[in-house]
Amino acid sequence: MSILVDQNTKVICQGFTGKQGTFHAQHALAYGTQLMGGVTPGRGGTEHLGLPVFNTVQEAYAVTEADASVIYVPPFFAADAILEAVDAGIKLIVCITEGIPVLHMLRVKAAMADSDALLIGPNCPGIITPEACKIGIMPGSIHLPGSIGIVSRSGTLTYEAVHQTTQQGLGQSTCVGIGGDPIHGMNFIDVISRFQADEQTRGIIMVGEIGGSEEEEAAEYIKNHVTKPVVSYITGLTAPAGKRMGHAGAIVTGGKGTAESKVSALKTAGVEVVNSPSNMGIAMKQLIANS
Amino acid sequence: MNIHEFQAKQLFKDYQIPVPESVVVTSANAASDAAKVLAGDSWAIKAQVHAGGRGKVGGVKIAQTAESASQLTAQMLGQRLVTKQTGKEGLPINSVLVEKTHPIKREFYLSLLVDRHQERLCFIASRAGGMDIEVVAEQTPEKIINLFINPAAGLQAYQCRQIAFALALQGEQIKALQKIMTGMLQLLVEKDASQIEINPLVEIDDDRLFALDAKINFDDNALALHKDITALRDTAQEDEKENKAKQFDLSYITLDGNIGCMVNGAGLAMATMDLVKLKGGTPANFLDVGGGTSTEKVTEAFKLIVSDANVQAVLVNIFGGIVHCDVIAQGILEALKQIKTDLPVIVRLEGTHAEEGRALLQDAAANIIAAENLDHAAEQAVSLAGARV
Repeated sequence: MSILVDQNTKVICQGFTGKQGTFHAQHALAYGTQLMGGVTPGRGGTEHLGLPVFNTVQEAYAVTEADASVIYVPPFFAADAILEAVDAGIKLIVCITEGIPVLHMLRVKAAMADSDALLIGPNCPGIITPEACKIGIMPGSIHLPGSIGIVSRSGTLTYEAVHQTTQQGLGQSTCVGIGGDPIHGMNFIDVISRFQADEQTRGIIMVGEIGGSEEEEAAEYIKNHVTKPVVSYITGLTAPAGKRMGHAGAIVTGGKGTAESKVSALKTAGVEVVNSPSNMGIAMKQLIANS
Repeated sequence: MNIHEFQAKQLFKDYQIPVPESVVVTSANAASDAAKVLAGDSWAIKAQVHAGGRGKVGGVKIAQTAESASQLTAQMLGQRLVTKQTGKEGLPINSVLVEKTHPIKREFYLSLLVDRHQERLCFIASRAGGMDIEVVAEQTPEKIINLFINPAAGLQAYQCRQIAFALALQGEQIKALQKIMTGMLQLLVEKDASQIEINPLVEIDDDRLFALDAKINFDDNALALHKDITALRDTAQEDEKENKAKQFDLSYITLDGNIGCMVNGAGLAMATMDLVKLKGGTPANFLDVGGGTSTEKVTEAFKLIVSDANVQAVLVNIFGGIVHCDVIAQGILEALKQIKTDLPVIVRLEGTHAEEGRALLQDAAANIIAAENLDHAAEQAVSLAGARV
């Protein structure tokens, strides 16, 4: 098994005919993802990449019964796209878009409060279950089906963790990029709890960074609920306070959200915290060997 | 994006948040004229820079006469103000706010921001005004009131009363506070501000409430929606290299070390800085060249890095995903051809087509070192930079 997506997951793409949507839809199709079609308002009834284009997510859902939608629309239209997917009944919404205003996301999260749809992102690489389903912008080729669940706030650091676990022969059950924005969908606990329950997952790699307190909350959760080995890497030890480090959410404010606080909370929870990003794979290999 | 106090106070006025009367000036003569127009007994002369902590370092002074207002202004203009928030270079004082003073009875703290944990807008208030709110939060957390706004209901009158009574406000002040809080919320929502801070909010001799200072930060992601706010940008208060980087869609932050870093991805860029530190060096910058790395972007990134005279070595760390490493390697070679630097350039390529990329770099130039792995790359950068100092 894996978490959230597998070979049966049917996917549609919002922003399908745009440059980003087209490029990544082609890669998803080549990877074997069950992409059923996409949505571009005003292009309904046409075909793109040999797949149907719909005017609304509602229509797309009615025809394809998609389980998931991936969003590649520009930042000022992304909140609308997420809520359209929620309203249509899509259960897993993956928003890749970077640069969505924070107030837009506050409204989205408030509107999603009474929905059972799950949101991954925004400002994230997406989710992949190797050789089964790739939803997002990650390079498929570095993945290997296997036993490690990876969850991360950073795209390229997810790829590091993936690459290293592939090299160690461990492979990945599912990899989830939860995104670098301050207000976002699924958090570490939402993903880690699913990895804990997933039989295929034998170990968990969690990549965090400065800003917010989700790593500290995850540490508390791991301490009480997670029996599988967890390796963590936290970035931003050298980041100056008050500066936004690329990601909108990566900022230390008023002494809160520091890397030190996160590292210390995770260590207290019994998590193996590595101090070099190169050591995530090897540390996991050792923990698995000892478990 | 940050704006000046005088700009924030103009926005406050637009949203019915009371502020003392003031005039912004850029010359000493204008300062004495302003004092005369404002009338009164004394005036605060306030350096306009994008940083807090001005009062402690001579950025806010009191003038008792119009002549003194002019003299104090002359002393400030053209200087650089160094506060605990600016770094050692300080920020240029290109304008000064001349503000009418009032006898102050009490000082409070009031701010509105996005609370990422609750995913709601949150007012923060405290009776300990004029102090660093972080210090208050740490030493006397019981003095701080947090109040969350329900997105459906909006700000309710009882919430304003809660804060008003906690601050021991009375009579007309309670309604005045409600008006201030309503204005702050409306301003934040309409202009996509990420934080509005009034520190201090003061009670003056006739019991009126005034925002004595005003600080507003705007959400960079929303600036394109607000031309009026973007027009308030003062690039003189910002880092030149960081602004240059923005033109090329690069995310760059100046640091004070000597190892230039060029990385794809924000998380990996931060990780690279941390690794340099772990190996005993200091990073000169944070630089994310982004996912779709082109030769042009790599070239501009290199130019930025080598324009920093402190840089003794450049560490390039690329994880090739959808963009293949051999393509990136070609970009690096092309960039170095244009820039002609003799600084050691340590390149770590990993991911798709990494071996092909490394092969291209291997014998390309004497100062290019294709590293085996990330740890090795960081170690080399630190030792080569150290050897040049």
